[in-house]
Formats: sequence, C-alpha cells, structure tokens
Amino acid sequence: MSDPALVKDHKDGIAASGSGAVAALRRRLLGPAALQKLLAFASLVLLLIYFSFASPAFMQTDNMINILQATAVNGVLAIASTFVIITAGIDLSVGTLMTFCAVMAGVFLTYWELPMWTGIVAAILTGALSGALSGAVITKMKVPPFIATLGMMLVLKGLALVVSGSKPIYFSNTENFSMISQDSLLGVLVPDLPIPNAALILIVMAVLASIVLNRTALGRYTFAIGSNEEAVRLSGVNVDRWKIVIYGLGGAICGVAGLLLASRINSAQPALGQGYELDAIAAVVIGGTSLSGGTGTILGTIIGAFIMSVLTNGLRILSVAQEWQFVVTGIIIILAVYADMLRRKRG
Amino acid sequence: MSTPLISVHGLCKSFPGVRALHNVRFELLAGEVHAVMGENGAGKSTLMKILAGVYRKDSGDIVYDGVGVDFPSPREAQAAGIGIIHQELQLMNHLTVAQNIFIGREPRKAFGLLLDEDRLNRQAAELLGQLNLAIDPRTTVGGLTVAKQQMVEIAKALSFNSRVLIMDEPTAALNNREIAELFKMIRALKARGVGIVYISHKMDELKQISDRVTVLRDGEYVATVPTAETTIETIIGMMVGRSLSDARLVGAAPAGDIALEVRKLNCGPLVRDVSFTLRKGEILGFAGLMGAGRTEVARAIFGADAVPSGEIRVNNRQVTIRTPAHAVANGIGYLSEDRKRFGLATGMDVESNVVMSNLANYLAMKVMLRKRAIRDTAGRFIRMLNIRTPSASQEVRLLSGGNQQKIVIAKWLDRDCDILFFDEPTRGIDIGAKNEIYRLLRALADQGKAIVMISSELPEVIRMSDRIVVMCEGRITGELSPDEATQERIMQLATQRDTMEGRLTA
Repeated sequence: MSDPALVKDHKDGIAASGSGAVAALRRRLLGPAALQKLLAFASLVLLLIYFSFASPAFMQTDNMINILQATAVNGVLAIASTFVIITAGIDLSVGTLMTFCAVMAGVFLTYWELPMWTGIVAAILTGALSGALSGAVITKMKVPPFIATLGMMLVLKGLALVVSGSKPIYFSNTENFSMISQDSLLGVLVPDLPIPNAALILIVMAVLASIVLNRTALGRYTFAIGSNEEAVRLSGVNVDRWKIVIYGLGGAICGVAGLLLASRINSAQPALGQGYELDAIAAVVIGGTSLSGGTGTILGTIIGAFIMSVLTNGLRILSVAQEWQFVVTGIIIILAVYADMLRRKRG
Repeated sequence: MSTPLISVHGLCKSFPGVRALHNVRFELLAGEVHAVMGENGAGKSTLMKILAGVYRKDSGDIVYDGVGVDFPSPREAQAAGIGIIHQELQLMNHLTVAQNIFIGREPRKAFGLLLDEDRLNRQAAELLGQLNLAIDPRTTVGGLTVAKQQMVEIAKALSFNSRVLIMDEPTAALNNREIAELFKMIRALKARGVGIVYISHKMDELKQISDRVTVLRDGEYVATVPTAETTIETIIGMMVGRSLSDARLVGAAPAGDIALEVRKLNCGPLVRDVSFTLRKGEILGFAGLMGAGRTEVARAIFGADAVPSGEIRVNNRQVTIRTPAHAVANGIGYLSEDRKRFGLATGMDVESNVVMSNLANYLAMKVMLRKRAIRDTAGRFIRMLNIRTPSASQEVRLLSGGNQQKIVIAKWLDRDCDILFFDEPTRGIDIGAKNEIYRLLRALADQGKAIVMISSELPEVIRMSDRIVVMCEGRITGELSPDEATQERIMQLATQRDTMEGRLTA
C-alpha cells in the first residue's frame, strides 16, 4: 500500500507543501466529511420535498415554525452530545439534565424570584456543574462513560422530581420568559420571516460550538482525545482535566436546551426529558459523527437534528400512527449509519 | 570525562507477577548515542518509560543534570527536556501533522482564546524543513505511510528542544534510505550535545550509530561497553548468556508435494499477476521493500480483503476463498505483522488467546467451555514454544513482544493449519527470541508444514528460506535459490521498477 505514495511524496513533496492551502480547501469541499454532510443534506431535502407533495399541510408557515421549535431543543442537545461523542465517549444524561436545568430555572425564577437573566445563568451553571461531575466520575473514578452517565441520568431524573415535588413549575413571576423561545426578533425586523427566537438561538449555539470545536484548544483536544487518548496523555496534556471540561461544556449546553424547552411550554415539566438523549445521539450519528471518536462536525449534527424532527413532524402530518413512526425512525437511523459505513469502506 | 546527563542507580520496578527491573544501572552522557540491548522482557522498555515519566519507579535513584528526579508524568519529563519516541506509534490519526507535533502547545491568538492555525502550520513547516522532511504539515496523519508517521513522531520529540531523546526501535518500519536519513539526523543532534538512548534489535545499526552499549538481561544490569571495541558476538553473548551461530538453518528433508499453487493472482495495485508454488516442508521467503505488495498477496490468498482474481490450488484442488474462514477451513493460516491489532486479544489471558480460533474443540455439549482442556493445551504450548509467562492466566498485554508472537503461533498451531503465512514474524523481537522463532519455523517445516515467511530483514530471509521470491510494486520480479541469494542480488530485484512510469501517468 505504502510504496507508491512514498515514492510520489518524495518526488513532489516540496510542491505539495507549497499548495497546501489549496489542497486543504479541496479536502474541505470534497473530502469524506463533506461528502457525508452532502449525503445527509440531500436526504433532508428529499424528505422536505416528499412531505410537501404528500401533504399540503406540511409546507405551511405554522408547521415550519413547529419544526424549527422542535429542532431547536433537540439540536442544542445534539450539539452537547457531539462534543462528548467526538471524544469517543457518550452522555446518556443529556435528556434528564436538560429537565433538571429547566426545573432549577423554575426554582430560581418562580420560587426564589431571582431576576430573569440571573436565573438563566444559574440554570446554565447548574448544567455545567452536573456535566463536570459526570466528567469527574469518568476520569477520576474511572467509571466508563456509558455507566457513569446512565447513573447520572437516573440521579438527575430523581432530583428533578424531588426538587419540583413531582409537579410542573410555571414561570408566573417572569412574564418575558416564554418570549425567549417563542417570540420572533427576526419577525419584528422582517415581518415575512416570523422565525422563532428558538431557531436563532440554535443557529447561534451552532456557530459558537463550531468555533469552539475547530478553533480553540478545547476543540483540538476533543478531537485528539477521541483519536488516540493515550497519545494525548503521553504528549503531556492533562487529559482528565480536559475531559471534565468537555463534559462540563456539554452540561452547560444542556442547560440552554432546558431553558429553550421550558420557555417553549412556559413551564418546567419534571417528568419530561428521558428519551431525548437517544434522539440527540441519533441526530449526531446521522450527521456523520463516529461513535468511535475522532471525527464529527456541528453542521452535520444540525442537519441530523433537522432530519429527525422533519421525519417526526411529516409522519404525524401524514397521520402515520405513533407506533409506526417509531419503526420508521428506527429504520432511518440504521440506514443512515449503514450508508456511512459503505462510504467509509469504499473511501 | 564530563558529568553524565543521566545516571541511574539501583532502579527497581515490578508489575503484577513480573519483576521488570531489579537494581539496574545506567548512564548517559551529553552528545552520546547510548544503545540499550537485551532480550524479550529484559526490561529495556520499562527503563525507558520510567526515564520518560510514563511509569513511576518502585525504588532507586535517577539523577538528571545533577538533580535527583522522579517524574510523575510524561509532561514533567518533557518539560525537563527528556523526549521519547515509543515503539508503538503514539499519534492521533484524525489530526494533521502540525496538530500532532504541537499537541498541548498550540500557538494561540485573540488573547489565548483561539488557536493560531497559520502560525501552527508555519512552525511545523519550519521544523520539518530543518529535518529535511518533505511532509505537508496540513496532511492528516492517518493517511501517511508508517515510515512518514515515524518521522512525524521524531519531529514531534525534537520540537521540545529535548536534551535527552529516547528512541525505542525507531527503525523497525523504515527502509534503508529512511534509516540513513534518520542516522544523519541523529548525528546532527549528537553534535548539538543531545544525549540519545537508542533501543534496537538490529546489530548492524548499533555498530553504525552507537558509542556505548548497555546490556540488560532478565531485568538486571549486565554490562556497559564501548561499541567500537566490542564484537557483535560478545554483545549477543552478554544478552543471552550464551553465543549463537549465524549459520543457515537447513531443512531435515527435501521439500515434498505441492501444498499451495497460486496462478495469475490479481487484487488491487499491489497484487499483479502473482504466481508461485509452495511445497510441504519448505520455507518460502518473500523479500522486498516495504509496500512491495507482499502483505497484500498474503491477505488476498487469506481472503482478508476484496476477492482476488486468479487461481488458488490447495493440495492440487482448486479452491475459492472469499473470507478468512474459508482460508482456515482450507488449512491456511496468516500471522499478521501487526500482532496487537490483528493477532491477539491483548486484554485477555494467555489460554483464552491460544484456543481463540479453535474454540469449537473445547466445548462440552457444544456450549460449555472445557476449562481443564483449555488449560492443558495452553500449558503444552507454553512448554513447547518456551513462552515466558508467570501462568496461563496472565493477561497477554503484560508479556513482551516475542512472547506475544509465540502465542499467535500457538493459536495457529492449535488450529492445525498446514499452510502458514508469517508476516514479519520477528519484527520488534530481540535477537535471542528471534533465534527461537527461527528454530520453531524450521521445526514446523520439518513436520511437513508449508511456510511462507515475509520479511524485510534480508539476512533473516537468506538464512531461513529454501527459496526466495522477490517482489516489487505488486509483481514478482524474481526467484532465487539460497545459493544465488545475496543481499545485493535481492535488493536489485526489489528495486526493479520497470513499470513505474507507465503506472504514474496512467
């Protein structure tokens, strides 16, 4: 395998390093990661076209807003999962952590009557702390991520019920709270585009997450740990600390998702949340991030999240029974990952 | 004599069930290349890993630059100027060359918030330029050849401005041209006053590059001698505690019937019109440069990759092999060059690995494992192959490379394969264990097994083979009898690139 490449490299190695930027650009546009995104993106477009023809109710403004609202919560959760999955880890607690953060937002705002922004920051910090705790259990106690976060999932589910007394908390003291998600800043400026703030927040989170992942040390170590954790450790990087930070960041992003969900339904529902982690993981995987770590993109994850919510929404509009929706969604996830495997094998 | 850069006294280290180092001494001067030699499990790698902060010592003194040290992690050792290149490459395959080299030390911008990717690539390009390496710093490491990956590791270690550089078998995957480049690099570092600790099993290399040799045996210090004034035989004698002959290992009986016949095998760019025959009781050597297609031929016959075109006959019967399971059913075994990845479940114990591919024979009522029979078989192979392990229930990852290789061999022997492909069977194995493996291969041939030995070490091929096939770029470029085979003749055939230009333009 290696010989022709070796000879060739030797011949035009100097030339290659000169045109490195061009090569990098070509890789970015046409490389395997780009192809995966293209594949996922094409599937999304096909789904949209199919549902538009299948039902006139699908391409309505109200329905599109519904899809955006639904994608916002799952998309933000999926961003949180993307970081952890790129490290070759997994976080099963993102769903119940989201709920716990929503409940804590209710405690801060409704019970303690904190100012809205203080309460929001406190809820996000709650998520960060909880995520960091998962990270500490994984690195310091050496509990595998699957088990550690499975435990945290149950702990947080229980705590959400305990703190709330198993009852919903309504944001009765903060009238503006529901506007965070439901209002449309963009709609005020451009009346024809009543895109809800939730979708804007998703975009902002995605852009920020992309920057963190691709342009900061945190992002670099996220990929590096997923690629070869031992090599990173031997390079003198404090892997434990960075993993705690990565799980903590994931937790903070779950806090944002919790606020979005609570704002959308204007209440914190302590029983909601379990099951969201699987939707988030599905979105990440459909988006081309490998569960074995080292590769992944935020854009892919966002497309994956849209595929999930368009599918759910479209099937509902076509009056497909809930039971069959599960079956179809499950098959789509398997096919998406299978297509990815085929592509990898060929590439 | 100047004060030593590193001096070690009374160093001890134990692992569960294994005493790795006992009362070891070692000394390294600035500007010296100091080779560390020893058999399997003699403790070389353990000593190096303690110096580099990967393991903690149990007891003993390490004085570095006049100060007693005990590095808690590689980070501290690196900061102090001790760099190590591990035998198993430690790279992040998904990251680029530049990102790998500067992992943990990325240049920043925007008040330290963002990574400065341009500066990173520039620095890496500078470093690679200084080392005369034609590698684009933006290339993803996973796409490089093993040789280039090794060069990236070396560049990374050097980027720390290390005063001590530890190299654990740096040439294992390099061809002669690359080795020459590496040696040039080592000499330049020497001139700068860097102390280099060099582990290798290739004796001719030590003669070329090292100033002094320290020999370890069974975790204990034997001696330190100046290389120039010591013969290779003396060093080997100190390593194994006895002297070894370099004579050819000839078969007891002439080769028998044809066991395997391959005609016009084609599979991808590195297996092109390959035809050869293999007889019972013979060892057929496959020589060639790295990437000449030898491994690919073995894998194609073994059904490990895409289905090849062409004809394969086993015992004069045409067979179709689509998967490794077909190959094994036809009595063909393949011992990968990469034991850890393809040959062993390193986290499991010795006995589980030995019976791994033959488990059906160790079942009671087709479901229950017959523990006693498994243990007996493992015990038999441990004695037969002289596998050095505290017990059959020792985890394989805790054994040295040579002993791991013997376990892979045991696994295939237990499977009763009559045609065995050995891909670089002695890579990363020290000289004493190598000789054991050689004798073992010859003994297997004498029992009537048909053996293909793929090896990049020419003396080994010449010494072991009854016939030698040479490959270059996917084609067989010649076949030599042991009498006509010299290193020069083989290299000539191995570099016969007559079809090269046509393929590059195609």
